[in-house]
Parts: sequence; C-alpha cells; structure tokens
Amino acid sequence: MNLTNYLVLATILFSIGATTVLLRRNAIIAFMGVELMLNATNLVLVTYARMHGDLSGQVMAFFVMVVAAAEVVVGLAIIVQIFRTRRSASVDDINLLKS
Amino acid sequence: MTASPTTLGALQGVAAAFTDAGQTSTGEAVLFWVLAPLMVLGALGLLLARRAIYGAMGIVFVMISLAVLYIAQEAPFLGVVQVVVYTGAIMMLFLFVLMLVGVDASDSLTETLRGQRWVGVIFGVGLAAVLIAAVTRVTYPAPTGLAVPNADSNPVGVARIIFGDFIFAFEVVGVLLITAAVGALVLTHRQRLTRRIGQKERSDSRVARLGQGEHLAPLPAPGVFARTNAMDVPALDPYGEPIGRSVSRVLRVRGQEREFEEFAAGLDDEEGGGTVGVPLPPAGAPGETTGPTTTITTGRGSEVQP
Repeated sequence: MNLTNYLVLATILFSIGATTVLLRRNAIIAFMGVELMLNATNLVLVTYARMHGDLSGQVMAFFVMVVAAAEVVVGLAIIVQIFRTRRSASVDDINLLKS
Repeated sequence: MTASPTTLGALQGVAAAFTDAGQTSTGEAVLFWVLAPLMVLGALGLLLARRAIYGAMGIVFVMISLAVLYIAQEAPFLGVVQVVVYTGAIMMLFLFVLMLVGVDASDSLTETLRGQRWVGVIFGVGLAAVLIAAVTRVTYPAPTGLAVPNADSNPVGVARIIFGDFIFAFEVVGVLLITAAVGALVLTHRQRLTRRIGQKERSDSRVARLGQGEHLAPLPAPGVFARTNAMDVPALDPYGEPIGRSVSRVLRVRGQEREFEEFAAGLDDEEGGGTVGVPLPPAGAPGETTGPTTTITTGRGSEVQP
C-alpha cells in the first residue's frame, strides 16, 4: 500500500470538516468541524514524519494537539457564555452588528 | 503522560509488526482499508446528523481510529496522546457543554443566506478534489521509515526533539495553556447583580400572591378523577372539566400531555362505561336536601342515586 493513501484520507477528512464549518449553524457542531480539520492535519504530519524518517513531524502534531486543547477550552467557554446571555447556540442568532 | 514502559514497548512492537522500513505491510493495508471508510462515515455523521450528540459520537470514533492509525504509523506516543487528550479530554468537554447547552438544541434548517448550502457543498467537493489532486500528483522520495529515530523507543526520540530544538516553543505552549485556563475562568465567571432568591423569598412571594390565583396547597394529582391513574391524563374537576395543572409541567412542556377529548372518546365504548366528561347539572341551593339525580351505569347495571 502506498503511503499516499493516508494523505488522501486526511484530505477527505479535512474537506468534510471544512464543509461542516460552512454548513452547520449550531456553534458546537461547527467547532467540532474545526477539531476534525486539526486531526486531519495531524494525520498528514505523522505520515510525512514516517515518509522522511524525521520525528519533527510527530513533534509538530503534538504541538497541534496542545494548542487545540487550549483553543477548545476558550472556544467552549465563549459558546457557554453566549448561550447564557442569548439562550441560543446558533451562529445565526449572533448578528448584533447587523445595521 | 504516565504510560508504563512496558505498555509503550508493546505498542512499539505492534508498530514494528506493521511497518518494515517505511514500507507498509499487508496487515497495515487491511487495517487502513477497514478503518478509512468507517472514519469517513463517522466524519459524514458530523456533517449530516441532525442532533449534535450523534455528530460528537462520530467524531469520537474518528479520533480513536486516528490513534490506531498513528500507532500503525510508528507513532505510539502520539497514539496514546490522541486517546488521552483528544478523545478523553477534548471530546468529553464537548459532551459536557452539549449537555449544558441542551441536547435538544438541534439545528434550524431554514437558510438565512440563500444558496449557502449548495455553495458550501460545492466548496467542500472542490477543496477535496484540489487537495487530492495535489497530494497524489506530487512525487515523494522513497519512504525511509522511522527505524533509526525510533531506535531508543518513540517517546525518547520525540522527547529529544521537544526538549532540544523545540524547547522554547514548549515553554510558550505552557504559557498558552495557563492563559487558556485563566481565560476560560474569566469568560464563564458570572457576577451576581441582583439579590439571591432563596427558599424564604420564594415562599414569601407565594404567600403575598395568595389572592391572585396562587395556590399554596399541592397541585392536584393527575388522572385520579378521570378513571385512570396515568401521569399524562389530566384530572377532572367536579364539573367534568380537565384540570391542566394536574399534569406534570415537564410533560406539558414536552407536549406529551394527552388531550382529554382523546381519552374520553374511548370511554363510552367500554362495556359498562359511564359518561365521563359531560358537565354535571349544577348542585342545588345550599340547604337543599334532594339534589339532582344522576344516572350512574356500572357493571351491575343501572342505579339511580339521589
């Protein structure tokens, strides 16, 4: 099996994640789409590390995971706070700046 | 990360069994072709599921499968971290917030931007096509595999790079995590602007509203005077009218309260059933000894009660 198959799988997962962010209105689902995209890039990094025989790719994937953890904490806190004040988790309802 | 050396060693053995100097073995190909379609299905579940919980479960499956693929790709350390951090911490945090926000918070399906759905789908398919074309057309060097960097086990090799080349980035990431934790605390902190309303205040306000439709006594039990003890059937008052308050508020909010008409429709068909739901004639004046007579039909036949 060619290692490119892993890259194609990661590409498909990334595209599904991006489409989720574009299409779904629920803020939590859109956020999970972002997580899916981060995971797909991690798979690419791990595959490249194996292709080139260099562990730096795995270290970068590790850093992506740490930054994703920090990002999730802040993002979910924002979603909870918006839900408390607006009683809604839909990204469509947040149009305060609309004329 | 506290994985015992034996566990990591075992994972390393699994990884070594799957790979041979960067060339994939048949076992790894089978693993990939079994997992990859299921992973795509799980990801599509996130995109298409109406309820957020189902999408979250699909993503959990994708993440665990990714951990398996990492271990197969000579990255046992990342595989363990993927399970612990991503599926164990991040997705469980997502589930907590889903429960907090409300499981029923499903998507609205009305389009606010016209044609957004089709534009999004076209964008997704186009992105996949472009990326797949780019990824498959590039010529890569022959895969070298990680046998040499992983000579002292994979975590040792990763640690040498993290605490060597990337030590500054590692410390900056520590600051980032602290900032994120403090930020989450600040964002979710709520300052109390009004007085706290406790049990005493609630009780006082109920007593104060006593004359205006407020009842101090417990609410009537459901269904007792309607010939059934079902929770979802309202009780009847002496005039045969259903009492809405007798059905639990939760059932009423969910819309699971049975309409009294629907319930009463079956009553007349029963053998020996009485006529429930017809308002009784008004009672006589106070002091009147002979009240109105009502025919009650029971299983034993017809009786006339004064």
